[in-house]
Amino acid sequence: MLLLIISIFIIGFAILFLRPTKDSKYFKFLSILPFGLFLYFLQFIPEIQSAKKNLIFENQWIPSLGISLDFKIDGLSLLFSLLITGVGALIYFYASSYMSRDPYINRFYCYLTIFMGAMLGLVLSDNLISLFMFWELTSISSFFLIGFNTNNEDSRKSALWALSVTGLGGFFLLASFVMMNSITGTFSIQELFSQSEVLQSNYQYYVIIAFLFLGAFTKSAQFPFHFWLPGAMKAPTPVSAYLHSATMVKAGIYLLARFTPILSDGEVWNMVLMCVGGTTMVVGAFLSVFKVDMKSVLAYSTISALGILVFLIGIGTEIALLAASTFILVHALYKASFFMITGIVDHETHTRDLTVLSGLKKKLPIVAICAVIAALSSAGVPLTFGFISKEIIYGSTFDFDFWTYNSVLILTALVLITNVFLTSAGLLVGIRPFFGKLPEKFENIHKPDYKLWLPIVILSVFTLLFGAFPFIADQGIISAVTTSIYRSQITQELHLWHGWNTILLLSGATIVLGFILYFIIKPSHKTVEKFDSLNRIGPQNIISVIAENIKLFAFKYTRFFHNGYLRSYILFIIVFIIGIVGYKFFNDVTLKINTNDLSPFRIYEFVIFVLIISAIIVITFTQSRLTAIVSLGVVGLSICLIFVVYGAPDLAMTQFAIDTLTVVLFVLVLFKLPSFLKFSNTKNKIRDGIVSISFGILIALITLQALFYPSNKEVSKFYAENAYLLAKGKNVVNVILVDYRGIDTMIETVVLSIAAVGVLSILKYKSEDEETRE
Amino acid sequence: MELLLVILVGVLYSSGIYMMLRRSMVKLLIGIILLGNGVNILIFLMSGITKGKAPIIPADQTGFMGAYADPIPQALILTAIVISFALTAFALVLLKKAYTLTGTDDLDSLNIQDLDI
Repeated sequence: MLLLIISIFIIGFAILFLRPTKDSKYFKFLSILPFGLFLYFLQFIPEIQSAKKNLIFENQWIPSLGISLDFKIDGLSLLFSLLITGVGALIYFYASSYMSRDPYINRFYCYLTIFMGAMLGLVLSDNLISLFMFWELTSISSFFLIGFNTNNEDSRKSALWALSVTGLGGFFLLASFVMMNSITGTFSIQELFSQSEVLQSNYQYYVIIAFLFLGAFTKSAQFPFHFWLPGAMKAPTPVSAYLHSATMVKAGIYLLARFTPILSDGEVWNMVLMCVGGTTMVVGAFLSVFKVDMKSVLAYSTISALGILVFLIGIGTEIALLAASTFILVHALYKASFFMITGIVDHETHTRDLTVLSGLKKKLPIVAICAVIAALSSAGVPLTFGFISKEIIYGSTFDFDFWTYNSVLILTALVLITNVFLTSAGLLVGIRPFFGKLPEKFENIHKPDYKLWLPIVILSVFTLLFGAFPFIADQGIISAVTTSIYRSQITQELHLWHGWNTILLLSGATIVLGFILYFIIKPSHKTVEKFDSLNRIGPQNIISVIAENIKLFAFKYTRFFHNGYLRSYILFIIVFIIGIVGYKFFNDVTLKINTNDLSPFRIYEFVIFVLIISAIIVITFTQSRLTAIVSLGVVGLSICLIFVVYGAPDLAMTQFAIDTLTVVLFVLVLFKLPSFLKFSNTKNKIRDGIVSISFGILIALITLQALFYPSNKEVSKFYAENAYLLAKGKNVVNVILVDYRGIDTMIETVVLSIAAVGVLSILKYKSEDEETRE
Repeated sequence: MELLLVILVGVLYSSGIYMMLRRSMVKLLIGIILLGNGVNILIFLMSGITKGKAPIIPADQTGFMGAYADPIPQALILTAIVISFALTAFALVLLKKAYTLTGTDDLDSLNIQDLDI
């Protein structure tokens, strides 16, 4: 299994070697890849039905961290794998015609293949970390697919939006996974099943599910993160059909379904999902009917469908989960079909505007039939698969007597409203462009080639097949899916006919109301504009304002701290040190002064001290460069005297030599320079004075405090005792420098020579300016 | 004497930082030198100062009999003095070059601000 997934990625990159225009007729054969995978996954259907054993493919990755590339096939992952590869095969086939004139078609297939591999990895992973890795990979590959039309600014922008929203969610998802791991000590999803109670009783439980929700909601475009999905419709239509109806957006649904048995506590988990899912499905469905662009209608109805799925998972009863599993399949079938139909219409007429399109059935008869089937399936008309799912969706809200009788009414009403609008939206896309009078300008449109319409026909056949004989889907896969979410054997089955009951009445009412709504609401650009103006207070706008301000803040922050002036960097660092060290010092240390061991000082020592201090004062305040340099010499030589008095003749010698050299060098180099200019004003001087004096006081206090503790003399003692015995030298300082630490001294010499070379080359270097001047 | 040296360290640090906060390049360099001196004295002080007992073994002996100054900080400071001279020399020449090219020792005039983002 690992080999399989990796080889998908390798094939993806190999596709790049195909030449876009010359090999364009071969691209349709690429659909063999997903189709072969589809057949491969089909063989697991009997296995998950009968054997009941877990199909696990174990691969070690980083065992010491508990990270593996284990893959596991159960009902849920199998359904998704079949959808990904099955719809994938159709899309690959479809795109070979749709994208045939694109100069970058090889890249397109590369991205698509990588996406497919990532998506398969995501649904098959049994390890949280590898799941997360594939999760991010789907976000990244979808970024490239959405932004495929790189010369279109809107397309680039939408891709960025999609990436940032899903990327943000992915970040929270990772946090959630890590927290689960820190509680249970495992990254394996199977092992988490048995730790469900441990997780739920932990105090971090609510944080974990909140983060998980953020990940799932951003990916599955739940309110208020839904806005990236309509934007993502800027992608080429095959991408919309694949990613944004059947696969990627359902990754969030997959995640929720996967973790329902582990994390569902029957209260908060379900409540949140029902609220968010409920809001999304109503808002999405409502907005969808007021759009003019076919793709926008589909985008919002997809959001609504995702809302329904989250809502059903939230209800969490056996029948609700069955409804959810069914609806995943139903929705994938009719929505992929819708998108591909839109693609054909767009391809042939070069518009997706519903106010313009009509009467296309004369020109595109096969497409029209498929469109009607998809529309009927989305409306839930009997004998389509949509009917079956609509029945049990109503069934699950009806069955839900969790709180009171009222909750049944509210939930059913919500679903009814959603379904009515969705029906109307489906009719808008499936019926409207094809019936009515054919405008003249569409008289001469050419017929789509078979690569475009064949996939839609296949999808329609499945819609009708499952609609007429629901037990095929049920026995085949749906019951296994439900079992893997519900975690116990299920008793419900899919039926075509449930008898005359309230649910059937609701289904009938949905269809009728949907048709009425379809005839009342005419698509017009004015309503679209009206809704667009509402967007100003929409979530997307709020987020962009926040993002803008963060950017502005970052800019100002950087400008403030990174302003290019050396002295302000020094100032910030010093103030920070004063703050943090001073805080620690005055809070935690009681000032003790060692008064016993102090050595007395003589009068001449005091004179040296006064000399240094006054020289420093002169340096600080003088206006003359020469005075400052001479005073610097005074400071250095006085320090030299201190070394003499306190038993450091070597230091005194070095200091004397170096200091003399320094002063000479200063004078040689700088004697021509004018005296100091007055750059800073008094206010700055006072500020700098305060900062530097408090820094000096802090250092002095710390020194004083450190003097209280005797220093460790062991190493010194070793050197002193062995200087003569081992190194045959009597001046211990010298022995240390040239013998014990000989290599250090050698390197120091090298540093000095490098400095000397640097000095020489700077002096020799003449810039062009100077040369011309000479 | 320790107290005097502590005060000296404080004053050297203060004046060093103050000079480094000026705009003039020469003052910046003087500040660095002062700060370096401050650090040297600090290291010297920390190991405990001993009057007049250089860490030199008397000619007729093979080891120390009485008290002696700590040799390690002395070795450290010696290195520091030499290295800081290399720094000073290099910086001075650089400064001279900058002065001949720009005609000023104002640090700000050397700034080329990055373009606005």
